[in-house]
Amino acid sequence: MQDRGYYDQFGGAFIPEILVPTFDELEQAYLEAKADPAFWQEYKALMSSYSGRPTPLTRADNLSSHFGGAQIYVKREDLNHTGAHKANNVMGQGLLTRRMGKTRVIAETGAGQHGVATATMAAKFGFDCTIYMGEVDVERQRPNVFWMERMGAEVIPVCDGSRILKDAINEAFRDWVTNMDNTHYVLGTACGPYPFPEMVSWFQSIIGTEAREQVLRETGKLPRRAYACVGGGSNAMGLFSGFFDDPEVELVGVEAGGRGKGIGEHASRLAYNDASVGVAQGYKTYFLQDDDGQMQETHSVSAGLDYVGVSPILSSLHESGRVRFEAATDQEVIDAMSLTVQREGLIPALESSHAFAQAFKEVGDLDPDDVIIINQSGRADKDIFTVADALKDPKWEEFIIAKAKEYQNA
Amino acid sequence: MLESYIRSRREQKELLLMTHIVLGYPNFDDSLRMVEAMVEAGVDLMELQIPFSEPMADGPVILKANSDALAAGARVEKSLQIAEKITASFDIPFLFMTYYNILFRNGVDAFVARMADIGIRGSIIPDLPPEEGGDYLAAMARHDLAPIHIFTPNSTDERMKLLSDKSSGFIYTVARKGVTGKDTAFSDDLGDYLERCRNATSLPLALGFGVKSNEDFEFIRAKADIAVVGSETIRVVERGGVAAVKPFIRGLQGGA
Repeated sequence: MQDRGYYDQFGGAFIPEILVPTFDELEQAYLEAKADPAFWQEYKALMSSYSGRPTPLTRADNLSSHFGGAQIYVKREDLNHTGAHKANNVMGQGLLTRRMGKTRVIAETGAGQHGVATATMAAKFGFDCTIYMGEVDVERQRPNVFWMERMGAEVIPVCDGSRILKDAINEAFRDWVTNMDNTHYVLGTACGPYPFPEMVSWFQSIIGTEAREQVLRETGKLPRRAYACVGGGSNAMGLFSGFFDDPEVELVGVEAGGRGKGIGEHASRLAYNDASVGVAQGYKTYFLQDDDGQMQETHSVSAGLDYVGVSPILSSLHESGRVRFEAATDQEVIDAMSLTVQREGLIPALESSHAFAQAFKEVGDLDPDDVIIINQSGRADKDIFTVADALKDPKWEEFIIAKAKEYQNA
Repeated sequence: MLESYIRSRREQKELLLMTHIVLGYPNFDDSLRMVEAMVEAGVDLMELQIPFSEPMADGPVILKANSDALAAGARVEKSLQIAEKITASFDIPFLFMTYYNILFRNGVDAFVARMADIGIRGSIIPDLPPEEGGDYLAAMARHDLAPIHIFTPNSTDERMKLLSDKSSGFIYTVARKGVTGKDTAFSDDLGDYLERCRNATSLPLALGFGVKSNEDFEFIRAKADIAVVGSETIRVVERGGVAAVKPFIRGLQGGA
């Protein structure tokens, strides 16, 4: 590789020797694509015709007047095809996969969004597709598994380790070290070995580029603050990258505060003091780990933020102070989501609702002339099973019980 | 030095045998008994794996051994203490195999100093390519320990030369793509690959990944200096307990 992908002390490429030529090839394909203006044009055209880009920037008047502070604008990544920003990364990597002449893609998935997005891309490009998903997640995300299988992907439940997202990543790497000749690993977030953090952020930068143009056009000014939830960090990197050169824009990353501080209770690597610097899954960053360096259990109401590590680029922006990190608890998130649904008719995913929750805590302190942007990275209506559980909706429960009886009697 | 031990041992034996265990699996007492059985059966050197929660280069058998050991409470300090007891009790070289975070969290310099202190002779860190391992390589050199790197069928000749320059003791060559513990077709292609490895380094060659029978052993003879048996010994213990280790190791080497 020409570069090792360090952002201060974070990042790197801690890869098994067998993958060295594969990463050389990937880095080269990425750098060539990046240097080729025709590639980005092709990417934008694809995202326009297939995923409805540019996504709108929606003014949320009712929420703004509810809090009486800054004007709230919402970047609508939920309107992408498959319902989340994941499509931006996946379609970009699809184009790269084709450029490299590979015919099969593999991916890890936690909540299932990235798996569905990858299966969709594979269907469109005609690639074979295998998705690794922790056994625990397969059980709790059946609707996503249903769509992945319908689109022709093979979904393999991972029964090792804690049987969640990080274990699915390990398993995808195990597939890749065997099948690298025809297979590209579509990593779902801005983590992992170089060039993934940078490459995924590049594809997601389409969010921030659009948002900056839209907010200037609409309001004539830059936002005071931009909010995004942070799991691995790809939607945050996408929105924030539009404003890196605007020091007056405060960037706020919101992690999963779960049930509050303490290892095992949350998935906040940067906002709380429970994480430390380590090397796992091919890169160096803050991990939720013990003194021995063993990765620990995490918890969040939203499966998509439930991850032990965080983008090395965000760790570096945390240390430099360019991005402020906060955590929103499960309860704050559920409240913020309910309010947004009721007041605006917008349905942010539980993940995205973390960004809303933090913005709601702070927006009242700002001036009505100020503008803020919240990234609605995904939509929740397709996650009705998990959302109904989180909201403890009694009528939904009755419906499911009745439906189950129907199947039992059939 | 590890290399001179291997060379002098090779004067008596055409093909040396290196085995692998996961410390703390199924428990630390059994780890100790497995080492004893292996040394008595004539093993020439051994890898002691310190368990890690994310062993991305390992296949299902060793992966499970790692997570079971951790679930049973295996701590790094306990692994180091057992390793010290092992090196004091048995007169063959022992190496550590583990992932980089175990060294990094402990402090690379401190960890390597401790390795030297407890009589470990070298280490294999599969997620630490030499480009990322500057501190580790310097510390290993200061303590005269052997950093062992891995050749793969995907490695270019140029890459093999670089890895050889950064290694001492021997080179670990993997027989095929993939993770540990899956079947390997021992074929002419493998013979060609090993010849390419020979041309790229003057260090002895160990061959691992999928070695599990006397036939495999015969194939490797004269092509490599050391055969590595990893996952298969764990399977043997799972099937027949620690008592099954000695006959298995003897059988591999063609004796009973």
